[in-house]
Amino acid sequence: MNTIETITNEKASELGIEVVFPTPNQIMLRSMVRHKGFLIGATVLIIVVLMAALAPVLAPHDPYEQSLATRMLPTVWQENGSWEYPLGTDNMGRDYLSRIIYGSRVSLLIGFLVMIIAATIGTTMGLLAGYFGGKVDMVVSFLITVRLALPAVLVAVAVVALMGGSTKVVIFVLGFLIWDRFAVVIRASTQQIRPMEYVAAAKAAGCSTRRILIAEVIPNLMNNLIVVMTLEVARAILLEAALSFLGMGVQPPTPSWGLMISEAKEFMLFEPHLITIPGIALFVLLLGMNLLGDGIRDVTAPEGRS
Amino acid sequence: MLVYILKRMGLALAVAVAVSMVSFMLIRMSGDPAIALAGENASSEEIEHIRTQYGFDRPLIIQYLDWGLKAAGGDLGESPYFHLPVKQILGDRIGVTLTLGACALVFALVISIPMGVLAAIRPNTWWDRTALGIAVVGQAMPSFWFGLILIIIFAVHLRILPVSGSDSWRHYVLPTITLGYYATPAFMRLLRSGMMEVLSSDYIRTARAKGLRWPKVLFKHALRNAVIPVVSLAAVQLGFMLGGSIVVESVFALHGIGYLAWESIGRSDLPVVQAIVLLLSMIYVFLTFLSDILNAVLDPRIRMM
Repeated sequence: MNTIETITNEKASELGIEVVFPTPNQIMLRSMVRHKGFLIGATVLIIVVLMAALAPVLAPHDPYEQSLATRMLPTVWQENGSWEYPLGTDNMGRDYLSRIIYGSRVSLLIGFLVMIIAATIGTTMGLLAGYFGGKVDMVVSFLITVRLALPAVLVAVAVVALMGGSTKVVIFVLGFLIWDRFAVVIRASTQQIRPMEYVAAAKAAGCSTRRILIAEVIPNLMNNLIVVMTLEVARAILLEAALSFLGMGVQPPTPSWGLMISEAKEFMLFEPHLITIPGIALFVLLLGMNLLGDGIRDVTAPEGRS
Repeated sequence: MLVYILKRMGLALAVAVAVSMVSFMLIRMSGDPAIALAGENASSEEIEHIRTQYGFDRPLIIQYLDWGLKAAGGDLGESPYFHLPVKQILGDRIGVTLTLGACALVFALVISIPMGVLAAIRPNTWWDRTALGIAVVGQAMPSFWFGLILIIIFAVHLRILPVSGSDSWRHYVLPTITLGYYATPAFMRLLRSGMMEVLSSDYIRTARAKGLRWPKVLFKHALRNAVIPVVSLAAVQLGFMLGGSIVVESVFALHGIGYLAWESIGRSDLPVVQAIVLLLSMIYVFLTFLSDILNAVLDPRIRMM
């Protein structure tokens, strides 16, 4: 009768086999490679980042160059289309592919900068509320409730319109508006970390509150923080596109995907591809960022490691 | 229960006051309202005249109190563009937005409840994956783009629905789908996880063990409990949808307050913009209050807290 034995290290070395146990990082890497959503999301992000970084090399034309002679050219798969302008041109005769490529710069730049402002505000608030509790928590929770009650898009549109639309204004307005999810998530995670023994140990060892927060609490928040950061970049990109679509975001002639959809709206009847193309670009990037965020959450979650 | 309601009501009032302050300050501090009202080509005397006429020369706190107290009494000022009371303008338009919000909410629930339940009782099957796919796609699709695609398909190519306007029920079909689709992922996820949790509980096993039929167990015992959190989410989502109506209404030129806000921003009609921000926030505060109360009524455990 065969019995199944547990192979211990000693047993293995007796048999002349070397058993290598994977490190936590290797396990995480393995589950990353196995997670389809994570892979798709990471691939999309890498492609878009490369597209933005290499825009001057990749773009076949100047995204700003207007020409009457090349107005409204069809795409390569339509009748009379040519490889000279693979995605055709818009109503000003600008190469659509080049504008899409340069548009990725606008989306990523705004997405990341807005996220950084929002993360700074939201994480600080969540950290203080979760760690100190009591009155601090009451104030922060109240601020979160107030922020959620304000209609974000409407407030952003109004403030951008009054301050004058520019990329800088859009970044600051959105950054100061969408810190809510950071605050909510970080507050909850800090509340979970606070009663941990290593926090008590640090306190017993006489560490200052600042040191406990920076050296003990924040490193243990990182997983959750990275997930929210990824998802919030997506939200910021979506909001920028919506603002630009409403004409209160990035100003023409900057190639922003949301603005391109807005400009193509009048030609919707005859040239629907002018709307579909930037929309697909936006959709793929947002889908990628969301899948990446969900993927990181699954991969870094303790139960996901087994 | 009464203590709970009073507590919640106090919080809602405090939030309402804070929100009114923020919406007032945001719009007042983003630029000089006198210049915005007078227009770009106005002379400095004209701007000064408007400043004193509207009271913009007073301290900000006095202006806020003046505005806030009047608003609490229902007086939202006058629109310099229409030369009509703001209250009257909003009253004419709010019906469209509320209709759209209600339709979108119903649409989202009709889609997500069966999908969420099916996904929960058949996890990791084709159904479950389709539901998940719809949720993931829904979160990544910009609503304004989705709306335009619907217009291209149903209004331009198939010609079965109107492109824009708000004259008949047919004008609401596409905006309802656009706005409602945006809310389905949240409902679907909540129902799926709620249903799965309930289905694995002891009382469902007991109900099955005593020989009750599966549909009865599913609908009477399980769904009833899984739907509780959905009710409160519905109130919150309705608030979000009304806030997001500015985008959808602009796409379809639906004459609700979202579209009005967009137009008013374009023509610097500040009292109207301010009133709409305030109104939408107040509706949200009211809906979250309602959702807390509903939660307590439906789930006795919360009342004890």
